[in-house]
Parts: sequence; structure tokens; C-alpha cells
Amino acid sequence: MVKIKGLDRMLREHPFFEGMGADVQGIVAGCASNARYEADQIIHHEGDKADRFYLVRSGVVSIEMHVPGRKPVIMDTVHDGEVFGWSWITPPYRNSYDARAVQLTRLVVLDAKCLRKKMKKDCAMGYELLRRFIPVMAHRLTSSRLQMLDVYGSPKRGG
Amino acid sequence: MSPLPALNDPMLPRPFRIERAWRELSDTFSLYLVPQKGAKGFAYRPGQFNMLYQFGVGEVPISISGDAAEPLKLVHTIRAVGTVTDAMAGLKRGDVIGLRGPFGTPWPVEKMAGQDVVIITGGIGLAPLRPAIYHLLANREKYGKIIILYGARTPNDILYRRELEKWRGRFDISVEVSVDRAGHDWAGNVGVVPNLISRAVFDPLHTTALICGPEIMMHYSVKALNTAGIRDKRIFVSMERNMKCATGFCGHCQYGPHFVCKDGPVFRFDKIRKIFSVREI
Ligand SMILES: Cc1cc2nc3c(=O)[nH]c(=O)nc-3n(C[C@H](O)[C@H](O)[C@H](O)COP(=O)(O)OP(=O)(O)OC[C@H]3O[C@@H](n4cnc5c(N)ncnc54)[C@H](O)[C@@H]3O)c2cc1C
Ligand code: FES
Repeated sequence: MVKIKGLDRMLREHPFFEGMGADVQGIVAGCASNARYEADQIIHHEGDKADRFYLVRSGVVSIEMHVPGRKPVIMDTVHDGEVFGWSWITPPYRNSYDARAVQLTRLVVLDAKCLRKKMKKDCAMGYELLRRFIPVMAHRLTSSRLQMLDVYGSPKRGG
Repeated sequence: MSPLPALNDPMLPRPFRIERAWRELSDTFSLYLVPQKGAKGFAYRPGQFNMLYQFGVGEVPISISGDAAEPLKLVHTIRAVGTVTDAMAGLKRGDVIGLRGPFGTPWPVEKMAGQDVVIITGGIGLAPLRPAIYHLLANREKYGKIIILYGARTPNDILYRRELEKWRGRFDISVEVSVDRAGHDWAGNVGVVPNLISRAVFDPLHTTALICGPEIMMHYSVKALNTAGIRDKRIFVSMERNMKCATGFCGHCQYGPHFVCKDGPVFRFDKIRKIFSVREI
């Protein structure tokens, strides 16, 4: 009980849940738990089941791609107050990248199966969550496109 | 401001000698210029540029990247991207080039007194902003928060890295660097520089933002600043267009109703918002 109360407060304070009704927040809190990752610890691998998504309370998480025969490439870093892991929303529910703690990182982990079940039952709650997730996804998409443009590349390299 | 006068005939290149030339990055170098005998030094303001003339090759606009409080230490930082800048990359101590200037509008460093200042820049765009940063730091007490957000392609492409590290070590300014991609040997931010804006803390109603970098990066930075509550009137951008005369005569640098050489390169964003998003202008 105490644990849920603490998580409830953490969710309330996290920017992702800003302005969310207490009733919906309470339901979400029922699917939440706390996690702590040491520097360099892998949070999930590409291809793993996407059965969780994450709110960063403090720390830094790197989003990485692996190209066979090459060193991993960090594509993005996620910081305090941000979220990551959106593969839980759409089938086949598999992570599309690795996530690694760059430093000691504290997360709120949301159990995706639990959330999906509740969202099916409670459309208003489902809408509330998607309404918050879609702008995050749109923002990431725009950022990735900008990165792909390689705006600082040399004109000689064709960038 | 320095008592040195501006140069007289704006169309006449004056001979300047390379006192020192050094490499900043694999494709970027800096030149420290001193007037050749008979030529005079001159005062300039942060954000202004000179036309540098490589004899027998051509002339290019290059921002002054040194400290305007020490105008005799005239520094330019140049990225080798084509005919003239490639030739300049071969310059060494003792060589002589032609110089006209200074030209263009400066960053509004005096008008920003009393405000928080957010500087957003990427790649070689840090060079035209460095004189403004020197001014802010030399007059630190006149400003609120000073936040520098810099983006580079990879950790190996961070311009003025030692200086950024030194500024980051100060207690009275905040410096964030982000790269577009990195390996595990980089423990800093990865992602595009506009993303740093939402993480920065400033008072949007009393903040002035200065932006210099590729146009697409400036476009998204303005969007992020607007979202953060900063209005166009408090946003200044530095534009680039090809130039010939640099004095507002030839029309080469026309940008809508403006000439970048005379009305810019530094524009208040509300003055150019309409044309900024027009393609092929
Ligand atoms: C006001 C102003 C200030 C500037 N300040 C600086 C500075 O401080 N340092 C610096 O390195 N450069 C600066 N520039 C840009 C610089 O003037 C150009 O890079 C230079 O004119 C290129 O000439 P070039 O003969 O070497 O290349 P060109 O042979 O003319 O061009 C070679 C290739 O580079 C591309 N190119 C040309 N100019 C640019 C550009 N500006 N950006 C990206 N690609 C380009 C061309 O499309 C072509 O593909 C500034 C430009 C302006 C207008
Ligand atoms: S370069 Fe001639 S008008 Fe600007």
C-alpha cells in the first residue's frame, strides 16, 4: 500500500502525467513499479518483448542501434522527466532498439500488459494515455528525421 | 568598445598577415590576422563579418570569431567547404591575404542586458557567436542566466571543445552539448540541439535567444523556443547567403526585401519570419 502511494506521488510529479486526473493516475499507478539501473546496465535489448515502458525520474538512458560488425551507435539520450519505450503500444510488441543506463538511473516502470488490459476496459483511460504518448512519438520522429539530414555534414561528403 | 576606427574604403581589400594558423577540427581551422605594414586595425562588434580575399582564388564572407574587446587579435574560424576556403586551409604564418570589413549587423548584446540569454548553435555556427559569448562573460553581472546549447555531428566535431569545457566548469553559466550520434566513449547528450531547449530553465518572458547554425536547425530551434514561450521579437538569427560586394550594392545576397550583407547577417526573427519558411529564397 505504501509503495503504491509513493508511486502515485512520483507519477503526479512526472511531466508526462501533468494535468492527468487523479482517477486515471490511480489506475496507471496500479501497473507501476520502481527500478534502479547502475551505469552501463542494459534496460532492454532490441527484439525483446516490449512489455514495459519507462518514465525517467533521474539519470540518463541511451537509445542505441546495433549494426552487425560495427560498434553500437547511440541515437538519442533520454533525461529526467522524459519517457521511452513506445513499442508496447503496437503489435508485434517488440523493442526496436537497446536502452542502456548511462549513469545511475531511477525509473518508474509501467507494466505494458497490465496497462493494455486496463486500456481495453477503460477507453477514457486509454485515450488519456495515447493523447500523451502520440506527441512524444511525433517529437521523436521529427528529431530522427532531422538527425538523418546530417545537417552538420560536409557539403563535400554530400551531407 | 575599442577606439580603433572602421576601415575606410569598403571595396578595397587591405593586406593582413597570418600571425598564426591552427587546426580546430579535421576540416576547420582558425587564422589570427594582423594588419600588414601601412594597414590599420579596426573595431568590430560581435556577429560582424569580414570579406577575406585569397589572392588569385576569390573572396568569401567569414565572421569574426575572436574577442571584440581585443580587436587587434583578429581571429576567423573557417570550414573548408569549397574553392576559396580549401585554398585558405593551406595558409600559414607569414602569408598575406586581403581583408575588407567589418560588415553587417551585430548581435544585440547591449540591448539584452537584464535578460536571461539562451545561445543555440551548431557546427561552425559557434564561431560567429563566440564574440557574443566573450562579451556576455566579460559583462557577466549585466545578464540573468546564460545558457549555451551547442550541437555537433559527433564528439570529434565539437568546435572550441576546450573552451566549451572551460565555460561548462563555471558556476555562473550553463553549457549543454549534444551530438547527432556517438559511441559508448561519449557520456554526454545525444540528439538534435533543439531538444536541449525544452530541458533548459529560463524565464521565457525575459529571455533573448541568439541562434546560428544550418537553417533547418534554426527553424526547429525557433519552434522549440516559441513552444517554451519566447516570442519572435526576442529571437535573433544569423543568416548566410552568397556575397560579392558586402556593401548593399550588387544584390547578390538578396533575401526577400533584405540584403543579408547590410540588413543582416543578424536579423530579429519577427522581421524575417514570413520569408524564413519560403523555399528557394
Ligand atoms: C555573413 C556570413 C558569415 C559567414 N561566416 C563563416 C565563418 O565564420 N566560417 C565559415 O567557415 N564560413 C562562414 N560563412 C560561409 C562561407 O562564406 C562559405 O562557406 C564560403 O563562402 C564558401 O566558399 P568556397 O569558395 O570555399 O566554396 P564554394 O566553392 O563556393 O562552395 C563549395 C560547396 O559548398 C557549398 N557551400 C557554399 N557556401 C556554403 C555555406 N555557407 N554552408 C554550407 N555549404 C556551403 C556550396 O553549395 C558548394 O556545394 C559565412 C557566410 C556568410 C554569408
Ligand atoms: S553582397 Fe552585394 S548586396 Fe549584399
